[in-house]
Amino acid sequence: MEDFWAVVLAGLKVWVYLIVALLMVPAMFGFSLGISETYMKILIKTLEWATLRIQTVNTEQQILKSPSFNGLIQREEGSMEKELGELRRSRPKSPLGGDFSLSDCFYFYRRGVEDIVEDEVTQRFSSEELVWWNLLTRTNYDFHYISLKLTMVWVLGVFVRYCILAPLRIMLASIGLTWLVIGTTIVGFLPEWRLKSWLSEWVHVMCYRICARGLSATIHYHNKENRPRKGGICVANHTSPIDVVILCNDGCYAMVGQSHGGLMGVLQRAMAKACPHIWFERADMKDRHLVAKRLRDHVNDKTKLPILIFPEGTCINNTSVMMFKKGSFEIGATIYPVAIKYDPQFGDAFWNSAKYNMVSYLLRMMTSWAIVCDVWYLPAMHQQEGEDAVQFANRVKSAIAHQGGLLDLCWDGGLKRAKVKDTFKEQQQKMYSNMLVRDQQETRRRPTGDYKTHRRLQDPQEITRPTGDHKTHRRPQDPPETTRPTGDHKTHRRPQCLKKEKCTTGSGHITLRFDH
Amino acid sequence: MGSRASTLLREEEIEEIKKETGFSHSQITRLYSRFTSLDKGENGTLSREDFQRIPELAINPLGDRIINAFFPEGLDREDQVNFRGFMRTLAHFRPIEDNEKNKDPTASEPLNSRTNKLLFAFRLYDLDRDDKISRDELLQVLRMMVGVNISDEQLGSIADRTIQEADQNGDNSISFNEFIKVLEKVDVEQKMSIRFLH
Repeated sequence: MEDFWAVVLAGLKVWVYLIVALLMVPAMFGFSLGISETYMKILIKTLEWATLRIQTVNTEQQILKSPSFNGLIQREEGSMEKELGELRRSRPKSPLGGDFSLSDCFYFYRRGVEDIVEDEVTQRFSSEELVWWNLLTRTNYDFHYISLKLTMVWVLGVFVRYCILAPLRIMLASIGLTWLVIGTTIVGFLPEWRLKSWLSEWVHVMCYRICARGLSATIHYHNKENRPRKGGICVANHTSPIDVVILCNDGCYAMVGQSHGGLMGVLQRAMAKACPHIWFERADMKDRHLVAKRLRDHVNDKTKLPILIFPEGTCINNTSVMMFKKGSFEIGATIYPVAIKYDPQFGDAFWNSAKYNMVSYLLRMMTSWAIVCDVWYLPAMHQQEGEDAVQFANRVKSAIAHQGGLLDLCWDGGLKRAKVKDTFKEQQQKMYSNMLVRDQQETRRRPTGDYKTHRRLQDPQEITRPTGDHKTHRRPQDPPETTRPTGDHKTHRRPQCLKKEKCTTGSGHITLRFDH
Repeated sequence: MGSRASTLLREEEIEEIKKETGFSHSQITRLYSRFTSLDKGENGTLSREDFQRIPELAINPLGDRIINAFFPEGLDREDQVNFRGFMRTLAHFRPIEDNEKNKDPTASEPLNSRTNKLLFAFRLYDLDRDDKISRDELLQVLRMMVGVNISDEQLGSIADRTIQEADQNGDNSISFNEFIKVLEKVDVEQKMSIRFLH
């Protein structure tokens, strides 16, 4: 009996030494032994084989598996004016004006039902559908038994993921976090030498690297020359809390957020000792001026690290970028945009906070195959003359969406939980009323020349408001073109807000501010 | 979303819905997936709140009327619609295919025929189901579409003009046949159809 325990202990010792040598030391010093690369290669080969198997079986059985994840329906991309014009074409124009037709409502009905079947917004708050199965049941859209071999591979996969990889990863992650707390506390005791900041950065990066290994994260950084520098604000699209680990693997940032209690609080306080982060009390977060002031102070001090902010304010499922809140864009600092795109084939990184809490989310992460992502550093952007915070935010958002191959939406991520504002409906009503009333005016007196001067632009309405008034409306976009590439499930690329921005700035309208 | 979707929908049900609505097998499974993703309560039915959670529908001026169309029993707040009812309503928006016209002439008219599409639209105006669109009902819909931007008098005159043009038997309201007559030149097939992909 005792021999048994002796053997077990010896085995554990060897195990721990192996981990330290093969995983932690390389993580600490930033070089790689090639273990993860080999793992990834094997994984890719296996997934390709699995995909081929499914394909061959499907064609054998003539199951028309529809990889048309381009969408359920094909929309008519006409504007309200165009559609209503077509509807009314059949009727002769009434001499008395007031061109209402009973068929006008068809436009609204059809749009409504199209939105019921498939809408742009609600799908962003749940995980992306995959075209081909990646041997994880959680991504299984339409599972049915394919073949014995495939099931065996899947069982093997479950064993590997849950019994080998997960415990390893959990251990690594805990080591990483513990070391972070200890390391930063130690560094915090040092006096303010230059060495202190260097040490603090080293400790941070090291611990984040260990955590990244704890998730089997493979990260490709692009355009490293554009990396955020001190005194700026780094802005990225938000998919999960892991984004922080991903970005901090390649640089040191100052975090912004709410101060929590418990374990998170311990972490936050330790990190704050080593180098300045910005943690807010819950009550203070509502006070926008206070927040802006603290951000501004931090940014103006050129020795402090760049601030990391996720302007969407909530996790989105990495197929699109939603509205950026303007707070960080009002400060006047240099903005360093960063685009993060996860490869869904190896593991779904999106945190659906309605469905999973933090712990179950992390467990899911640790039992996925791997986290593979691309990070693009974009060139720094500044607020231009005559551009206000909202336009600037949209410009940055478009750049990030374009680089990451994500859809650029103008809807607020807050719609995950909150209702949409009535002001948008009022805008639609106003547009329709203008069509009715304008037609009346047309028939009463026919002005010479160009109707276009009376015409309102269809597209995102940027209505002028005098300064000081923050309560104005903004209409979300109608997606103009749908370029849906066939066969490729990864791209929902649409050149979106870019086109719109050109229209609106050319119209002479100044953008509105809307309050968040 | 996920593997729950197709397992809860039995093959017989799919066949029945196929016969009733004309949707294809894969369309039905995908729409079922959509139905479950909207069903936050996870009880197999949708309530009005579930529909209103769709932002684009919430900002549609006629959104409430469209949601009503899914709950045919009444304006009771507690109404729920199940998947069959959901599909039945959606079936009105299927495009009219030519081969369907040659089908069994004794079978009842498909849900997405021109007449049924127009009936669907008619019912969206005619709230009290008396088979007539009265001036008040027309005004209600107009008011929903224009919001606060047009005065009562102007709106009233628009309504009067519309009824005048359409009304043939002089009862100051629009019956279904008068409705069809007014819209006979409108391309209803295209405008009240949604192109479903397979």
